[in-house]
Amino acid sequence: MNVAVVAGPDLDARLRVYRMMLEARRFEESAHQLFLEGLVKGTTHLGIGQEAVAAGFAAAMRADDLTFCTYRGHNHTLLRDAPPGRLMSELLGRSEGVCGGKGGSMHLTWAPTGAMGSYAIVGAHLPIAVGAAWAAVERGTGQVAVCFFGDGTTNIGAFHEALNLAVVWDLPVVFVCENNLYMEYTPIGSVTAVENPAADRAAAYGLEGLLVDGNDPDAMYETASDALARARRGKGPSLIEAITYRHGGHSRADPGTYRPDEEVRQWLARDPIPMYRARLADAGASEEQLGGIDQSVELWIEAAVEEAKAAPEPSVDSIATEVWADGGSQWRN
Amino acid sequence: MAELITYREAVARALAQEMERDPNVYLIGEDVAAAGGVFKTTPGLLERFGERRVRDTPISEEAIIGAVMGAAMNGLRPVAEIMFSDFLATCWDLVANQIAKTRYMTDGQVALPLVIRTANGGGVRFGAQHSQSLENWAMSVPGLKVVAPSTPKDVIALLAASVRDPDPVIFFEHKGLFASRGEVPDGELVGQLGEASVVRSGPDATILALAAMVPKALQAADELSAQGIEATVVDLRCLVPLDTRTILSAVADTGRVFTVEENPRLCGWGAEVVSIIAEEAFYDLDSPVVRITTDHIPLPASDILEDATIPSVTRIVDTVTRSLD
Repeated sequence: MNVAVVAGPDLDARLRVYRMMLEARRFEESAHQLFLEGLVKGTTHLGIGQEAVAAGFAAAMRADDLTFCTYRGHNHTLLRDAPPGRLMSELLGRSEGVCGGKGGSMHLTWAPTGAMGSYAIVGAHLPIAVGAAWAAVERGTGQVAVCFFGDGTTNIGAFHEALNLAVVWDLPVVFVCENNLYMEYTPIGSVTAVENPAADRAAAYGLEGLLVDGNDPDAMYETASDALARARRGKGPSLIEAITYRHGGHSRADPGTYRPDEEVRQWLARDPIPMYRARLADAGASEEQLGGIDQSVELWIEAAVEEAKAAPEPSVDSIATEVWADGGSQWRN
Repeated sequence: MAELITYREAVARALAQEMERDPNVYLIGEDVAAAGGVFKTTPGLLERFGERRVRDTPISEEAIIGAVMGAAMNGLRPVAEIMFSDFLATCWDLVANQIAKTRYMTDGQVALPLVIRTANGGGVRFGAQHSQSLENWAMSVPGLKVVAPSTPKDVIALLAASVRDPDPVIFFEHKGLFASRGEVPDGELVGQLGEASVVRSGPDATILALAAMVPKALQAADELSAQGIEATVVDLRCLVPLDTRTILSAVADTGRVFTVEENPRLCGWGAEVVSIIAEEAFYDLDSPVVRITTDHIPLPASDILEDATIPSVTRIVDTVTRSLD
């Protein structure tokens, strides 16, 4: 196994990564709060604790690269420059939501900047990302498709089919397993044949098994940069396993009580955001710079929440729109 | 000028026509390239369009369908072949949950101009897992267009229309028709999805049929004619969009309706069509509508068992005659 050696980008870029993580954290904390207030319905799957994976990658990706993520996809969609007020509006089911209120928390999509969808059936988006990478090659665009998924996904058939085809066709796709140690409520180790669910299986596809600290944004940025460059050089796919932890349960319905207290305590002590803040301070960032980001993000999230709360409910006239490319839903004449 | 070609030759001709026209049209699937397809529906395409545009895949239906979905999101107009329609069950998540719903769930952000071609239907002794008529599966999912042609000419015209359509299309090719022949005109052929075809006209009854049931319905109509019953036969061609105008017009003209469906009884396409007729043309009817379907059973393999299961010319003739007595 290779553990990525850290050599992060310059301080300004790292401050931007810090800001991205903080935006993601505040966005999800607000989403959670709005759920408790009864404004966000259905369910939410928060990635609180896993922000370093999304931020490290988003910072390393090219503007026209394509992101495919799961129902735990608020962070990934937000950090590919989706408009925050419209994302929050979608969680509230409002007309200004990125999907007009038709998608909801599990289907956030912002195609204009390459956030090509949050996929809520485990495994489905791996082959879809393969297809997007295939089109990128055929059209000569130089894009890379990046596909984020959880540890549980490594045990579904689509994982195998997608990895195999991506390698056989030598496609520019980066598979990123966010191993947060739990497949929904069950420890991943108790339902998986190997210790590292993604990295240990890389050999089956002739790939290097890449394990990386998913709570370290510098390590994620470095690993992402390497994999993206490799893909753009025509060297094919990568499979990365980022070890991380979700601070809460699987979804709104899950308090996460199956996790040992000591384990939770240890991982909360490795919260990527305060850890990174301290590292940047050690690296020369002033408290003024860091505090400025903190304050700016508070204003940023307040504005997003206000925008969402003020956004109107969708018109019921929109129900039967956008089934077909003509904008409608007619199935007969 | 017109030429007599087989239904299977029509598939390759349609794909060649569209690949020639649009460099973004690609074809992938199991054995479609070097082998020319297990049903020999794609021979010559690899040689003509090259290994990038005509590509063999592993036996990975989820990867095949995921690949065309992702490619359609990123600028191609891909065509996937699923060797037998029964295999759609192995990738139905991609078809029904992803492809069908993505435009809607994203409020129109993501378009999916793609075609999934698949060999469908029975009558060739393959048994229950390689013989089903599964148009109904696709018909029941909002967001999928569903095409099932019965003649070589319609294969070309409707496959071309499907490739050019901006929405996902499931294109069912009937295994039992691959060897059948029909005339096709020279030159480019492009049809229109959602138009049924009145293939025979008569005042006494309307027989609605799809795919391999169309030639059977026509043969039955000839036999009925010998008994003095003149039937209209409508080839639906597409289930989505559904040409209800043509159907209801035929009902109004004849007052008696029969559906001939290869699928098992429950929730067959005829059930939907009959419910539309009941709601919108009830007072045009002179007698109860009758559905002629396969029993609600899996298809058996043996000649005598399969032939007795799928609607036959004799069963159509007998059913219509009895009903008109």
